[in-house]
Amino acid sequence: MSDKRLWALFISLVLVVAVLFFWNLTTHIAFILELRAIKIGGLLVVGAAIGVSTVLFQTISNNRILTPSIMGFDSLYLLMQTCLIFFLSGLTYAHMPGNLLFLLNTLTMLIASVVLFTFVLKATRHDIQLMILVGVIFGLVFRSFSTFIQRLIDPSEFAVLQSVMFAQFGGINEKELLSALMLLVLVCCWVARKCQVLDVMLLGRRTAKSLGVDYDRLQFMVLCAISILVSVSTALVGPIIFLGLLVSALAHSLMKTHRHALLLPAAAMISALILLLGQALFENLLERQSTLTVVIEFVGGLFFLVLLSKGKIK
Amino acid sequence: MISVSTLTHSLGHRLILDDISVEIPKGKITALIGPNGAGKSTLLHLIARQNPVQTGVISLDGEDIAKTASTDMALRMAVVAQELGVASRLRVRDLVGFGRWPQHQGRPTEVDKAAVEKALEEFHLLDLSDRFLDEISGGQRQRAFVAMAYVQDTDWLLLDEPLNNLDIRYAKSLMAKLRNMAEEKNKSIVIVIHDLNYALANADYFIAVKEGKVAFAGETSDVATSESLSELYDAEVNIIESDGKCFAFHH
Repeated sequence: MSDKRLWALFISLVLVVAVLFFWNLTTHIAFILELRAIKIGGLLVVGAAIGVSTVLFQTISNNRILTPSIMGFDSLYLLMQTCLIFFLSGLTYAHMPGNLLFLLNTLTMLIASVVLFTFVLKATRHDIQLMILVGVIFGLVFRSFSTFIQRLIDPSEFAVLQSVMFAQFGGINEKELLSALMLLVLVCCWVARKCQVLDVMLLGRRTAKSLGVDYDRLQFMVLCAISILVSVSTALVGPIIFLGLLVSALAHSLMKTHRHALLLPAAAMISALILLLGQALFENLLERQSTLTVVIEFVGGLFFLVLLSKGKIK
Repeated sequence: MISVSTLTHSLGHRLILDDISVEIPKGKITALIGPNGAGKSTLLHLIARQNPVQTGVISLDGEDIAKTASTDMALRMAVVAQELGVASRLRVRDLVGFGRWPQHQGRPTEVDKAAVEKALEEFHLLDLSDRFLDEISGGQRQRAFVAMAYVQDTDWLLLDEPLNNLDIRYAKSLMAKLRNMAEEKNKSIVIVIHDLNYALANADYFIAVKEGKVAFAGETSDVATSESLSELYDAEVNIIESDGKCFAFHH
């Protein structure tokens, strides 16, 4: 963290966390602090996962207006949940140990992605544009399949599913959070070691290969890392589509560099900041009249359009 | 020496290269010529290991390129491809700096930085060095990519239509630079080129590809005749000698 802007982000993140953590403490201090720690921790983990996965995906796809959700990562997640509820019944699903469910989800997502990427990357001769297109189609298939099953589901079980379908920041499970944090740290350690070679990947497959980078293998590994990160954030809170785009645009316009060593931590911290501030706004000003995703996607969308029209995002 | 033997390559059901065997001499400028769609770029990409070899063997100084580590190959061979879409916002200096990646693997030393500055100067890119790649012209970008390959400082340099988008001044200076690299530093250079006059003036060796086969290959003075070139392009080409230099007239 040699960069001033990274320090500024870090300090503001620490300040926001401190304020949200200790603010308005009156009674039941230990209980409230524990609740808050889990909630804030969850938002930090989700924020980092979304920020890092989006920047990585944009590097791999050589495109600055895409997020991993275009590949149908989150629709695959929804399909899995829908199937689980359909086949196991909502009651079993709701009573499944959170940790088990979480690990099961992440593992399934990872296996599904590995199978998908191995197959699709080979078939498309490592043409990433083609692969994204295939991903879009897979996403549609997953989505319509979930919709189909949702029609068959019992209404009361559908209510269980509904809580999964929309991002929720309330009920984060403590054990889930620990597993998620461990996965996030693992992936981030790997990514941190690859920062420089990721910079070379920005040059595209041809040029990177001629510089001796094992592009195809690395691309596959990064896609797997992305699928882990997406399942971490989706499993904790549910699908959030827009945040990644906003975060990466902000990270790029703040850092003004192509270097992943600066971009990735910036994106992770910006994303966590937005989530924390959004949640505070949501809880205190809007008095929980809506959901945080709506707040983020509405405010974020407007902000994104303003930045775009002012030419701050390119 | 690069030797290509019984190389066959197809894309889908279309045969692009049909049983090609050819040798590319060391320390010389070799022009790879031929009509559009003849398979020149495919051949170059296979040599550069951009795509895996389907059948046949390509070897560099006796070593099969398919069996050499890619980090090792990057120290011996640099490539400038034809369509270089860089969407991300990189600066010219960063791009040229990536040329030293094979040497430093992410930890540039003073030597690497000096090499980059020297290349920026030699390719007249100093004024542009802090500009973003998507804010400069096609020809300027082309020069930046050539500078990146140059800074890689490999024995072999492969260029796919390097004169694209270059104006007369920079085309001349690029060819002079390549000539100089071949003569003084004993570098081996392979260029895919359409401008016969630049090829005749600068290349020592010609390899002509037509419909996936080698039409002819040899020293420029031996093979670049009016007849062979006319037949290659299916269009009349006259080679005229004037002041000891060869010129191709085709209109």
